[in-house]
Amino acid sequence: MSAPELLERRSIISGIGQSPVGRRLGRGELDLTVEACLGAIADAGLTRDDIDGLATFPGAGVGTGGFAGPSTPEVQDALRLKLNWHDGGLEGPGQLRAVFAACLAVAAGLARHVLVYRTVTESSAQGQGGRQGIGGAAAGRGIPRFSGTMQWTLPYGAVSAANWLAWIAQRRMFEYGLTRKQLAWIALNGRRNAARNPKAIYREPMSLDDYMAVRMISTPLCLYDCDAPCDGSTAVVVSHADYAPDTPNTACHVNAIGTALRGRPSWDQFDDMTTFSARDAAAGMWARTELRPSDIDVAELYDGFSILTMVWLEELGLCGKGESGPFVEGGQRIALDGPVPLNTSGGQLSAGRLHGFGMLHEACVQLRGEGGPRQVPVTPEVAAVAAGGGPIAGCMLLTRGPS
Amino acid sequence: MTTADTVARGPAVRVLPRLEDLNRFFWTSGEDGRLRFLRCTGCRRYVHPPGPVCPYCLDGPLVPKPVSGQGVVHSFTVNHQQWIPGSDPYVIGLVTIDEQDDVRLTTNLVDCAAHDVHVGMAVEVTFEQVEDVWLPLFRPLLRPLSRPEAGR
Repeated sequence: MSAPELLERRSIISGIGQSPVGRRLGRGELDLTVEACLGAIADAGLTRDDIDGLATFPGAGVGTGGFAGPSTPEVQDALRLKLNWHDGGLEGPGQLRAVFAACLAVAAGLARHVLVYRTVTESSAQGQGGRQGIGGAAAGRGIPRFSGTMQWTLPYGAVSAANWLAWIAQRRMFEYGLTRKQLAWIALNGRRNAARNPKAIYREPMSLDDYMAVRMISTPLCLYDCDAPCDGSTAVVVSHADYAPDTPNTACHVNAIGTALRGRPSWDQFDDMTTFSARDAAAGMWARTELRPSDIDVAELYDGFSILTMVWLEELGLCGKGESGPFVEGGQRIALDGPVPLNTSGGQLSAGRLHGFGMLHEACVQLRGEGGPRQVPVTPEVAAVAAGGGPIAGCMLLTRGPS
Repeated sequence: MTTADTVARGPAVRVLPRLEDLNRFFWTSGEDGRLRFLRCTGCRRYVHPPGPVCPYCLDGPLVPKPVSGQGVVHSFTVNHQQWIPGSDPYVIGLVTIDEQDDVRLTTNLVDCAAHDVHVGMAVEVTFEQVEDVWLPLFRPLLRPLSRPEAGR
């Protein structure tokens, strides 16, 4: 049997756009989205008449408190797009699922230029009381009972991803001897890079002492291990690779995507509590490329919680299994001028919870050599992007030239 | 006052499961003080969460069967954040049952100090009744010397 064709390689990211990013911007989610989308379309050298595909994660009606952003019908109508393909949804290999779907739609000839966006207004929602805890907003109305998977965790106050991911960190401390002073370097490195990113939420210096002194959220994860809710929208245009010569800016070629989920899809039943599905997504991605971990020049690895970045570092092969603690300690290896520049915009911990799409945007910025003060010294050829963690994860490799 | 030495038994408010045909046996099992899981009458494996068919052999019928109620802490966290306002710090444990190492329960670890909780700790079930639900919680096992497998 011949090897299957790697269809994602027929796609490129031809344009990127991003709205202002901040705390309580006071702007509507559709307003932010349109700004990001128009930016991405122009950046790609296109007009809205060229856009024939539209996708988002997660789409309307999912979650509360500024999580979902506007639906694809709202954005389609706001821009009066004429679409040959459209898609929105929560289930799939993490936040990047919308990008993966767009790549395959382009490869299949269902669309030529797909606009993909992700919008959050969680900071504004937080300010309006839209993120109150259980028993707060619900008090007096009675607390509903739960069916489905949440029934197994909610009765015990295991209500947040912070709790579930704290299990990963604790288990890694047991199996690998991970320490908080090592884990701290994901946050410290992010803050160091955020100082060079004018759009970052938190830019003031953070010390190891600051990290060790801040309040606990769910042991061993402290406040600085959890990302910063923000308002902002990120958009990219996924185009067919034959458009690459015509792009006004450097095209970022999709080399491989990782979408696998082989363990049980659950926060408490997954077989390996130290990796979750990052293990499967990374293995699936490496099976689709001739590139090796040592080829990665810059890594934008999801830090919704710091511990997830540690998992991705190992599962993508950027350091050995169980060795991410010593690898990041001191911060030299993951610095802008280190062998594995990591989360160069500040990541979600310091630059804001753009929910995976900030990592994708920054990977393109770096491949294009447009990072300004935070540009890695040698313009990278290969970028790794990973988003998600726990039972939902996806990753991809982008290259500056065609594969 | 609750400190790291004397953590709460759980959050200030218990969000409860909706009892349905498939899960009722589990959430009411503690009425007689015993923990039960579905067990395949064919391949003899325990199945959790409850499902319509044995996911291992896709064959034998599944029947609720009591287990020892003993297990091992696979991981844990002490929650401090006020997701549920009014809560003192409480320990969320992930416990593997002794009978089968791929059956785990999210639970609260009780009757112990937070700083005494550790991965590999041997624990046993105890129930907390809230309305018509018996929540399985776990406390330190009193006879750890008989447990050579602790720490797996």
